[in-house]
Amino acid sequence: MSTSVTDPSSSQKWIAGTLVIAYALITIAPLIWIFMTGFKTPPDSISYPPKVVFEPSLEGYVNLFTTRTRLSEAELQALPAPDNFADEIVRNRGMVIVGPSRFGERFLNSVIIGFGSTFLSIFLGTLAAYAFSRFKIPFTDDLMFFILSTRMMPPIAVAIPIFLMYRELGLSDTHLGMILLYTAVNISLAVWLLKGFIDEIPREYEEAALIDGYTRFQAFYKVVLPQAATGIASTAIFCLIFAWNEYAFAVLLTSGTAQTAPPFIPTIIGIGGLDWPAVAAGATVFLLPVMIFTIMLRKHLLRGITFGAVRK
Amino acid sequence: MADVSLDGVTKRFGKDIGVSDVRLDIPDGSFVVLLGPTGAGKTTTLRLIAGLERPDAGDIRIDGRSVIGETPAQRDVAMVFQQYSLYPHLSVRENLSFPLRSPILRTPEAEIARKVAEVAEVLHISHKLDNKSTALSGGEMQRVSIGRALVRDPAIYLMDEPLSSLDAKLRGDLRVELKRIHADLGATLLYVTHDQVEAMTMASHVGVLDSGRLVQVGTPREIYETPLNTYVASRLGLPRINLLPADLFPGAPTGARTIGLRPEHMIQTPGPDGDGQDASVTRVEHLGDQTRLHLVCGRHDMITLTDPHTNLVRGDAVRLQPRAPLYFDDRGMRIP
Ligand SMILES: Nc1ncnc2c1ncn2[C@@H]1O[C@H](COP(=O)(O)OP(=O)(O)O)[C@@H](O)[C@H]1O
Ligand SMILES: [Mg+2]
Repeated sequence: MSTSVTDPSSSQKWIAGTLVIAYALITIAPLIWIFMTGFKTPPDSISYPPKVVFEPSLEGYVNLFTTRTRLSEAELQALPAPDNFADEIVRNRGMVIVGPSRFGERFLNSVIIGFGSTFLSIFLGTLAAYAFSRFKIPFTDDLMFFILSTRMMPPIAVAIPIFLMYRELGLSDTHLGMILLYTAVNISLAVWLLKGFIDEIPREYEEAALIDGYTRFQAFYKVVLPQAATGIASTAIFCLIFAWNEYAFAVLLTSGTAQTAPPFIPTIIGIGGLDWPAVAAGATVFLLPVMIFTIMLRKHLLRGITFGAVRK
Repeated sequence: MADVSLDGVTKRFGKDIGVSDVRLDIPDGSFVVLLGPTGAGKTTTLRLIAGLERPDAGDIRIDGRSVIGETPAQRDVAMVFQQYSLYPHLSVRENLSFPLRSPILRTPEAEIARKVAEVAEVLHISHKLDNKSTALSGGEMQRVSIGRALVRDPAIYLMDEPLSSLDAKLRGDLRVELKRIHADLGATLLYVTHDQVEAMTMASHVGVLDSGRLVQVGTPREIYETPLNTYVASRLGLPRINLLPADLFPGAPTGARTIGLRPEHMIQTPGPDGDGQDASVTRVEHLGDQTRLHLVCGRHDMITLTDPHTNLVRGDAVRLQPRAPLYFDDRGMRIP
């Protein structure tokens, strides 16, 4: 293998590698802790000193997905034998399952609202970024700054007006309302990031497509979009992470039909004592979609995160 | 294929002039070369015809109809860009098929396969068809780029210095190839270059551009033998025409300010005796196929050609005599 003088030396690689691994361990430790807690029994989860080795249990997950009621000893004896593992776990705590919990619905709400607003942000953001990048728009710089400035203020600063407005418009506690809200917050980021990526794509490609017999929109669709895929993927991840994790507006504006997972998970604590394994199980399940989405797009992400600084 | 004509076309970029009042007729089946240095407005002219720029004034007609209001697709032109512009996310084959798949052409797949194979053959890129278009050398990219134009049968082919990024050998081959394609297809071509050899060898007509103005249009021979002014005279010919004060030699017509001497306009007689002006050799350059002689006559330097096996060396005296030279007046216009 040939090495160029600008390649890092092996000792530099060692130091860099060690630092990266140390950083990775520090960031991943809480995640591992949550993941493990999800498989502990409630007593194990609060034992002191904390247990690192323990007998795994699915109690947390059963509690997460079910609602249960406590029965007297006599009532329990009267029941037929438990017919599945979930029943058995619950019976051991002197309870029976009476139905599914609301976690599934809340999780589905998160998926609909998170991915819906991400899609909308990317869709509108790409079109706006393309227009800003390619057309002579009067006051482009001022408009771009205005778009960015909507992001400078913490979104929660406008919580009260939005709360009142949503109530008036009937958007409170609706999927559409939350999708629009998260899109409004994300779109400034999307336009800015995507404009950078689209600026990097030389105009000649579209011009060639125009001459090759395509319309402007077809040229955009067939030539610009595929080349912007990297930028779109990384922007989508940023948008999804924001919408997925958002807590404050979700607490304020949703309660019933459109409640997302973040405000729901803490309420698990209240159901029958401090049920940390159920909370940890909820957090673990909640993390999965973003993780999967990020891993799916990581090939694009690695190149996209450098914001187009490196040409392939 | 079709006639294309530009009528008083002007394009400004803010204060910069792209092209100014260009009038040019490109007859059906002709091979017109626009010659000019960087910044002369060559690319702008092509982009105006293609519909990528809107003229500030003037009219552009293709096949008799004004195309000012038409989109590039409607104009039915093919263009090879100066910077190769292969679609980087597509393979070579997909790049070549791209124009044929356009909603305007909608070519059947069998026909696409046939045309792509044919063009790839001509341009010697058959073995690269399944490469990613980014995994090619510069010369290969440029050939694919030419191929993407050649798969079509447009009203006119526009080519923007298509050979400038190639090495000399390939450039020579493709020059011949383009000329052959032109003859075979009966295609109409507008080709721009700053390379006078390309202009001389390929063109049926040459137009010389100077800072956005089309100074002269004619056959390569007309441009070479009867240039309108000193600018045109110095664009063609290697070594360049020597422009010297007219009174350096006797016999200048009235009003002549400058005499233009191409190598074939100079008769050198070795030795200090004989007819003509005194000159002395300052340098002899052996280029293999030709030998350049640098002379100084009075206080003026000039370059001419001599016999490849010349015995002249630095410091030798020669006598210099013009033969049918060109004369230019004080505005630089040639005196007929
Ligand atoms: N998009 C543009 N914006 C501003 N000036 C331009 C643009 N395109 C060309 N020009 C100017 O127009 C003149 C002609 O350019 P061009 O047609 O590209 O020349 P050439 O192709 O002969 O080198 C140059 O002075 C150039 O600076
Ligand atoms: Mg140019």
